[in-house]
Amino acid sequence: MSRYIGNTTDDREQMLNEIGYKDIDSLFKAVPDSIRLKEELKIPEALSEMELIKNIKSLSDKNLNTDEYVCFMGAGAYDHYIPSAIDQLIMRQEFYTAYTPYQPEISQGTLQAIFEYQTMISELTGLPVSNASMYDGATALTEACIMSCEATRRNEVLISSAVHPESRQTLNTYAKFRNITVKEISYKNGQLNLDELNSKINKDTAAVIMQNPNFFGIIEDVEAIAEITHKNKSLLILSADPISLSILKSPGEMGADIAVGEGQPLGNALNFGGPYLGFMAVTDKLMRKMPGRIVGQTTDKEGRRGFVLTLQTREQHIRREKATSNICSNQALNALQATMYLTFMGKEGLEKAARLCLNKSHYAYNELIKTNKFKPLFTAPFFKEFAVISEKPISELNEKLLKSNITGGYNIENDYPELKKAYLIAVTEKRTKEEIDALVRKAGE
Amino acid sequence: MKLLQELKYVESHEWVRVEENKAYVGITDYAQDQLGDIVYVEVPEVGTVVEAGDQFIVLESVKAASDVYAPVSGIVVEVNEELEDNPALINESAFDAWIVAIDMSMSNEIDSLLSAEEYEELCE
Amino acid sequence: MQLIFEKSKNGRKAYSLPECDVPDVLLNSIDSKYLRTESPDLPEVSELDAVRHFTQISQRNHGVDSGFYPLGSCTMKYNPKVNELAARFDGFTKIHPYQQEKTVQGALKLMYDLGSMLSEIMAMERFTLQPAAGAHGELTGLMIMKAYHQNRDDQKRTKIIVPDSAHGTNPASATVAGFDVVEVKSNDKGLVDIEELKAAVGEDTAGFMLTNPNTLGLFDENILEISKIVHDAGGLMYYDGANANAILGISRPGDMGFDVVHLNLHKTFSTPHGGGGPGSGPVGVKKHLTEFLPVPVISKKEEEYYMDYERPNSIGKVKSFYGNFGVLVRAYAYILSMGPDGLKEVAENAVLNANYIANKLKDKYFLPIDTECMHECVFSADWQKEKNEVSALDIAKRLLDFGFHPPTIYFPLIVHEALMIEPTESESKETLDEFISVMRQIADEAENTPEMVKTAPHTTVISRLDETTAARKPILRYLPFY
Repeated sequence: MSRYIGNTTDDREQMLNEIGYKDIDSLFKAVPDSIRLKEELKIPEALSEMELIKNIKSLSDKNLNTDEYVCFMGAGAYDHYIPSAIDQLIMRQEFYTAYTPYQPEISQGTLQAIFEYQTMISELTGLPVSNASMYDGATALTEACIMSCEATRRNEVLISSAVHPESRQTLNTYAKFRNITVKEISYKNGQLNLDELNSKINKDTAAVIMQNPNFFGIIEDVEAIAEITHKNKSLLILSADPISLSILKSPGEMGADIAVGEGQPLGNALNFGGPYLGFMAVTDKLMRKMPGRIVGQTTDKEGRRGFVLTLQTREQHIRREKATSNICSNQALNALQATMYLTFMGKEGLEKAARLCLNKSHYAYNELIKTNKFKPLFTAPFFKEFAVISEKPISELNEKLLKSNITGGYNIENDYPELKKAYLIAVTEKRTKEEIDALVRKAGE
Repeated sequence: MKLLQELKYVESHEWVRVEENKAYVGITDYAQDQLGDIVYVEVPEVGTVVEAGDQFIVLESVKAASDVYAPVSGIVVEVNEELEDNPALINESAFDAWIVAIDMSMSNEIDSLLSAEEYEELCE
Repeated sequence: MQLIFEKSKNGRKAYSLPECDVPDVLLNSIDSKYLRTESPDLPEVSELDAVRHFTQISQRNHGVDSGFYPLGSCTMKYNPKVNELAARFDGFTKIHPYQQEKTVQGALKLMYDLGSMLSEIMAMERFTLQPAAGAHGELTGLMIMKAYHQNRDDQKRTKIIVPDSAHGTNPASATVAGFDVVEVKSNDKGLVDIEELKAAVGEDTAGFMLTNPNTLGLFDENILEISKIVHDAGGLMYYDGANANAILGISRPGDMGFDVVHLNLHKTFSTPHGGGGPGSGPVGVKKHLTEFLPVPVISKKEEEYYMDYERPNSIGKVKSFYGNFGVLVRAYAYILSMGPDGLKEVAENAVLNANYIANKLKDKYFLPIDTECMHECVFSADWQKEKNEVSALDIAKRLLDFGFHPPTIYFPLIVHEALMIEPTESESKETLDEFISVMRQIADEAENTPEMVKTAPHTTVISRLDETTAARKPILRYLPFY
């Protein structure tokens, strides 16, 4: 019997005997013979643990990792530092081998962690109600859009073209099936074009969707956008970089009704794109319209504080076809990782990390411009990521950097064909002056 | 079964109290007992036009959401704001806790609703 | 137990960052209207404080490694440790999703091979690994079905049929995908009522969603006829793979007539549930549907793996990047550990264990459908409820006192006071015997000392919580003045 099976061959015989069956096959008699698999599945024969590790390690070794190749790639996934305690704590089986906390008496660990997560997301976003997390930033943004349409009973949304392309693509997929009209607002000097917003917003507009800092790394004038949005009784959905929220004004304070974002920068590894977590926080008014699991505080019979899943009537297992969303899973373990990250970094550490990102990205920007091989793409303020125009084609540039063990930036032209040779570079707190200088030297050659 | 003779009833467990042209709508004591602790009442906005039979209110208990249907057609002219803070009123006294008032557009619809006896028979 | 915020003290810290080695950007170079005046109120604790905090709260959880976890429909099998090791190799955790393809060939090969193996196991043509969870997989599959009909200019197919025993996500996903939902009743054997289905299908049928074995743990023996009815009406067959554990190496959805399947890697393929995620919900389709899969699909040209975005009929993207890659590594490791024989043993033992429990408890608990079950059995607490007012919830709570995670309760909706028990293949006869004896004891207690059951649990860190107040007056974050 395979190593992950509890019974021995003898156990099986004995159990079958006790319940009156002659063999295992007779338990499967409901499966018609014509669809019983007659041959073995054509997959590789089982490997021992040693062989398995060797096999998988060989695949891992084929990938160039960020320890060996200095990463200046961002564009929605960032190489931030992860405190070493997190990797060990997240391995506690009580967290990772548990399921959804349906039985609160034996799930207080997960429930309390989510409650703490919700509190921290509320603090960062300046909005009072956070859910327990969603699949990722793109789906959180999409769910926010669907929620806005339900809440306003309108069916059109305006989205800034400076929102992450993958978020826009995801939204477009959902919207197409849900019959939601999505219209884009172009950018002007890298920021959302306010004139265009003014001319496109109308009584059908459920929400205006923007990102801050946006895909180009630029800080937007959120308050001006909020004003236009609210005058029209539309909702403002703001996708934010959580690290930036320790120094930038919070979405809530600037008038966002819904804040969402990619939570990966909060202590989650790059992992080739996932698993990450999407965060979402809303105003009190939208509390009962919000998708996803929510944890609330209450007491037991003895008056002790405890936590439970609450406001469940919004969810699919109760509302079925009338649910606000089909979401069932959250990204609990990733949200826990984010909670740990925000705990270890704390009030001061997060701000310091953000300041390092700001300083280092500006240093890299200034040095690159000095080489005369790069020109500014926009002049608006940025946080940890910036866009420049390269003299050389981006693919050629990145190829060259790779030879010096550097993973270069993102080719903006892939998504914005009008921005020829535009290059997006992310500089986190992990990048040293030496690494930045090496990038500048090679790129400036 | 607790019922008030002067009210009209609907098969789907709503009661109606008519005051001039206004119909106050709530749910019966039997219904609140079936639902258990009500935790939230989702009401339509004042000004909403409803037709008899429209689903227009949702009552939420911890593990269920139940639709309430408009017993008569008209415009929602009042909602019981007390329920927003204290939905337990429905559990405590279902026949006092009206949820909305409808200004009826076809007051003769009232005639087709059930009497207390007829409703009681139905529940048995 | 204190919250982390209650342990916070000004000036304590657990972080360590290097000094800044580049010039300071003065914050006043950024317009102050963009800047925060007050820092977010995050905890200030020492590293030890934080480590103890998370260690202590973890101890208030029950996981598969803590003890038996027969939560029906969730397949709480053992999560092998070597998979955790594999998923943490630097070449997987420290690669950026936008790195050049040639620098991530190992990751792409893993995804390609995993897709191929899942296709073989389920008899599908091709898989996408993008969906992040089961419900996300359902939505993706339904979008593919809609795209298929639209591509044939068959616009009238607006309805998805689901049985009344379906998971709540099925109708919810159908709605999100823009379909209307039609429910068909189950017959008295707990299976799809063929006559009802025949009456429900028609020109407007886009497809039929079925979990097989279904949520009662029963394999629908009429599956071929069901597929034929739906296909003859022009609809597609959707397989909800939540219960795929029962059929590994035994029978394949593609052979049963299904056109689209989703799998829950966190159920069937042993990846940890993580307290509610991350999951992974790959979707497989037959040949006629491959053109609609989300972009990118992982393809292979000669010996190079690449991401194919050039697919004009694709439904588009359903999330950022390519899926929950870290979860995929674990599932890949699991399949390679098991091999074809191992996977078949999984199904056999999962089914044997469930039947063993069903047979050993059916004199004490009402078994509404007394026949061979697959990977799970569904009891009803009706006997206890009627006689002593002891509910399924009470029984579940009493199980906590014995160190067991309770079964799923009150689902499926078509069984009163349901207790849905899924033991999985990981568990040994000894564990099952212990569980059976406790369940029998609880049945006796329900009869003789019902209060003992109704007031359970008695040994947990907290007792039953006031969920009504939690929902009436929601407290959703820590506020110092509470």
